[in-house]
Amino acid sequence: MNWINNFVRPRINSIFSRRETPENLWHKCSACGTMLFHRELSDNLNVCTNCNHHMGLTPRARFANLFDGGVFTEVAVPDPKADPLQFRDQKKYPDRMRAAQKGTGEKEAMLVATGEMGRTPIVAAAQDFSFMGGSMGMYVGNAIIAAAQEAVKLHRPLILFSAAGGARMQEGILSLMQMPRTTVAVEMVKEAGLPYIVVLTHPTTGGVTASYAMLGDVHIAEPNALICFAGPRVIEQTIREKLPEGFQRAEYLLDHGMLDRVTHRMQMRDELITITRMLINLPPAIKGDLPPPAPEAEAPAEANSTEPPAGSAA
Amino acid sequence: MTQYLDFEKPLAEIEGKAEELRALARTNEGMDVSAEAEALDAKAAAMLVDLYKDLSPWRKCQVARHPDRPHCRDYIEALFTEYTPLAGDRNFADDHAVMGGLARLGDRPVMVIGHEKGTDTKSRIEHNFGMARPEGYRKAIRLMEMAGKFGLPVVTLVDTPGAYPGKGAEERGQSEAIARATEACLRIGVPLVSVIIGEGGSGGAVAFATANRVAMLQHSIYSVISPEGCASILWKDAEKMREAAEALRLTAQDLMKLGVIDRVIEEPSGGAHRDGKAAIAAVGRAIEAMLSDLDGKDRAEIVKDRRTKFLKMGDRGLAA
Repeated sequence: MNWINNFVRPRINSIFSRRETPENLWHKCSACGTMLFHRELSDNLNVCTNCNHHMGLTPRARFANLFDGGVFTEVAVPDPKADPLQFRDQKKYPDRMRAAQKGTGEKEAMLVATGEMGRTPIVAAAQDFSFMGGSMGMYVGNAIIAAAQEAVKLHRPLILFSAAGGARMQEGILSLMQMPRTTVAVEMVKEAGLPYIVVLTHPTTGGVTASYAMLGDVHIAEPNALICFAGPRVIEQTIREKLPEGFQRAEYLLDHGMLDRVTHRMQMRDELITITRMLINLPPAIKGDLPPPAPEAEAPAEANSTEPPAGSAA
Repeated sequence: MTQYLDFEKPLAEIEGKAEELRALARTNEGMDVSAEAEALDAKAAAMLVDLYKDLSPWRKCQVARHPDRPHCRDYIEALFTEYTPLAGDRNFADDHAVMGGLARLGDRPVMVIGHEKGTDTKSRIEHNFGMARPEGYRKAIRLMEMAGKFGLPVVTLVDTPGAYPGKGAEERGQSEAIARATEACLRIGVPLVSVIIGEGGSGGAVAFATANRVAMLQHSIYSVISPEGCASILWKDAEKMREAAEALRLTAQDLMKLGVIDRVIEEPSGGAHRDGKAAIAAVGRAIEAMLSDLDGKDRAEIVKDRRTKFLKMGDRGLAA
């Protein structure tokens, strides 16, 4: 044995004995920079445990928490014509779409589902900011129309979680036409006498804010969410002055009368249950752990236990 | 004095020469230049037709924004009688970017609402370049609801770069005001017809143009974002507005193909700014035709007509 054996052997060993560890065990909070353990972060619904910064949450993760036992049924959304304008900037629109689909594992920027939330039957729709900035094109329009039709058909309240940079430019005028189209959808729900509740999450801007996101019976926002029509940069360029701290953030909009409430994500579900049940005249929700909803729906019991007991939400 | 656009430079040269020649003839008596001047006129006319025959999308944007193009006020003055402006949103202010009120179209009383950009520096500032604030949309909502109550058809004239991106506008709920205006357009039980006479800029235009029938002037534009804005986001270079204008399909002709609008109103040779009267008359005929199309429908039918139109929109894409 000479020195070289000693030097080489550990390296060879390490190749065979490398432990299987998943990547990204730790996430850095985008606001305060604290390193957060992934399980702790997902248990806290992607809210930083240090500074309460609300990070993005995919529709699937949101629904897993929102619906009883994480059980929901997806509502089919009619497929629109793909790439209606044959749009091409530096990349082709279909290529951007494929990249987004690959990156998120989702088909498009909105997910619609039915299910029960604290034993309250609802239809929910959630926008996916990680899919091309949640942008509103024909598919998102179709999804909202499908959600509204489902709500009317099943006679259930509609809860919508918005998150979008605005209209999808790659669909040009057709993305703009989703403003009236989604407004028609909201009208259908309202005419049926059903509650339409909007939860505005970070960010909700542009044509999305100027249509279905601002037409709710109740507007609830997540803390510090950017909610606006024109973005702060555009405004600064136009008026050439610095904007005040917190401008266009949820709390600012609450102060200016555009929102009903600003609610922490961990308390959102309970609040939605309370409000919805009152609006559709149901008795108060039973607090605490509940058995899985329907016998045929197999609810994983542990999904419920990840939530705090309802009574602790203050 | 005509204001020439950059692509009209060769035309400006020829017309300038003809003008010079005529001025020369006026000072030197006995000099006969009429033959040459007429030849130049003919050449200019042919060039004008040629230039405008197949305008590129970006050139259409330039024409749509031409300062001499007839504005909302010109249309209201020429097409309607007894125009009585109604002001204010009953809440905060009167927005001068939006004008509207009662008027008669022929014998028929209607509510007319539109964006006014202004014609000179002073009036442009007064009208905020046609960029409305929440008060403007709320005034429009009030007028639309009034029209609905009294059974008056609504005519909207769209000409706006977009809703105003300002601090106060955001604080007072620009997005909510636009959303509510779109909702009002869909709700009212009276015919609503809309003409895009210049720029149809994004949400600010939708708030007025969610109509039973939408027409566009031949060289007007209607888009989700300005070509400059689109270029700076997708190309990371605002100078790529020509490419963006091309890609966005914002011309009346493309929107007709996409089924977003119902008719294209032909403009006089060389654009509406060269013969305002003719353009205004053509718009008048289109409004009459669109309104008579909707005659005899009751409230429920009118509302349903609008809803179905928008629910179906976008089914076919450009290929159809």
